Amino acid sequence: MYTEKVMDHFANPRNVGEIADANAVGEVGNATCGDIMKIYMKIENDVIVDIKFKTFGCGAAIATSSMATELIKGKTVSEALSLTNKAVVEALDGLPPAKIHCSVLAEEAVKAAIADYYKRIGKEVDFVLDCDGCCATCHKHGEHH
Amino acid sequence: MDRFVYADNAATTSVLPEVMESMLPYLKEFYGNPSSLHRKGREAKRAIDDARMRIAEALNCKANEIYFTSCGSEADNWAIKGAAKARADKGKHIITTKIEHHAVLHAMRSLEKEGFEVTYLDVDNTGYVSPERVEKALRPDTTLVCIMYANNEIGTIEPIAEIAKVVKAHGALMFTDAVQAVGHIPVNISELGVDLLAFSGHKFHAPKGVGALYIRNGVRIETLIDGGGQERSRRGGTENVAEIVGMATALDLAVSRLDEMERVEKMRDRLIDEILKIPNSFLNGGRTRRLPGNVNVGFEFIEGESLLLMLDMAGICASTGSACSSASLEPSHVLLSVGLPVEKAHGSLRLSLSPENTAADIDYILEKLPPIVQRLRDMSPLYNKG
Repeated sequence: MYTEKVMDHFANPRNVGEIADANAVGEVGNATCGDIMKIYMKIENDVIVDIKFKTFGCGAAIATSSMATELIKGKTVSEALSLTNKAVVEALDGLPPAKIHCSVLAEEAVKAAIADYYKRIGKEVDFVLDCDGCCATCHKHGEHH
Repeated sequence: MDRFVYADNAATTSVLPEVMESMLPYLKEFYGNPSSLHRKGREAKRAIDDARMRIAEALNCKANEIYFTSCGSEADNWAIKGAAKARADKGKHIITTKIEHHAVLHAMRSLEKEGFEVTYLDVDNTGYVSPERVEKALRPDTTLVCIMYANNEIGTIEPIAEIAKVVKAHGALMFTDAVQAVGHIPVNISELGVDLLAFSGHKFHAPKGVGALYIRNGVRIETLIDGGGQERSRRGGTENVAEIVGMATALDLAVSRLDEMERVEKMRDRLIDEILKIPNSFLNGGRTRRLPGNVNVGFEFIEGESLLLMLDMAGICASTGSACSSASLEPSHVLLSVGLPVEKAHGSLRLSLSPENTAADIDYILEKLPPIVQRLRDMSPLYNKG
């Protein structure tokens, strides 16, 4: 059901961990949903010089976190903001339909971290942070992120 | 991968060599249609008659009370829809539980659409259905009670004989889905006192594609599959001769190996005891009244599908009740029914053993599982938080 790339990023996830002196931290998802992604970034001169993640979730959740961090490491903040869930899915050679929401969560985690960074440097958050309704489970339990 | 361990026997089992051997003649020379009058037909007819007799003997019922089906789900659907519809003039109320297999629950949903009313009984935190709870739910218009013999996820064995007594006294029909029980624990149909009982070959080392429904003599239910008069005109369709023979062989073997279930129970208990030494882990289902091969445990802070994938990479086949492993993204209805919060249901792991498993399999699982749990916890933002 998963592609080789997904299995590779699941079995050998890149950039797992925390950054003690991160200046951008974003967390999305909830335990009821079954996925939580937390992304830590170290941003210097508008460049993401380091990035780490911690994820609670299925194989796809771990793989999309890993791929998203890999795709934006070393990139500028505006480049990171243009990362779409679709790009993450493509980089993984596809995800099963039921797992597309994991890639949405990865995109959101990146945006949430950058929003945190903007707040820290006093910059207005000029991009959308809302989840577009990732999975039915959230709605059912009346919880959302 | 140092070893391969199949610990998903509640999903399906391997076909034992003796079972396959017994089937081969019916795929080769004895290919006749049991309904044919000629010698080829008679050979095949003899084979299914013989299989029926052996199965009846193993389960202590009469041969003419066993009806072959294509699977457990068909037997469940036939029993429920057939009994409910045959008795619709007497009443349209059915009692079942919240922890039944989807074959039962979805058959109930289908009947609800046709105007039947279904009561879904709660279970206690071990999955146990008390006969008192059943008795309280009985109404004058209750015509059918449907309680599983043993639960496929958490292994709870229900008090079917006691429940059947209550149901019979009331005059309703008693059906039990015994798919997880037959071949795993002693099942004596005449002592149980049920009217209908379903089972499936591939849960006890026969191939997939064959099951049966026991219908007590004198019990009238509507047909589900109309056809050419097979199974004494109650279930149409040319009989799956080879698999019927295979199921009889498998059941004979399972019954003769029932004493081996003590060894399976010991393996189960060792797994449970050792796994529960992992911090923030818990057992789903009870320690007693549990299927010999069923282990269902939960681990906080991690999710079951990723646990399953990592075990698979280590050569261990298991199962989970996590929502993320199901197409519906809904966590297991059984785990929620025994009171588990959704976030804990996500971290569940089922290991189901058969007599084919060995102590070395258990050693291997116990060697691989704890570091995998730790590895996923080290990746989890929930870990160290609480």
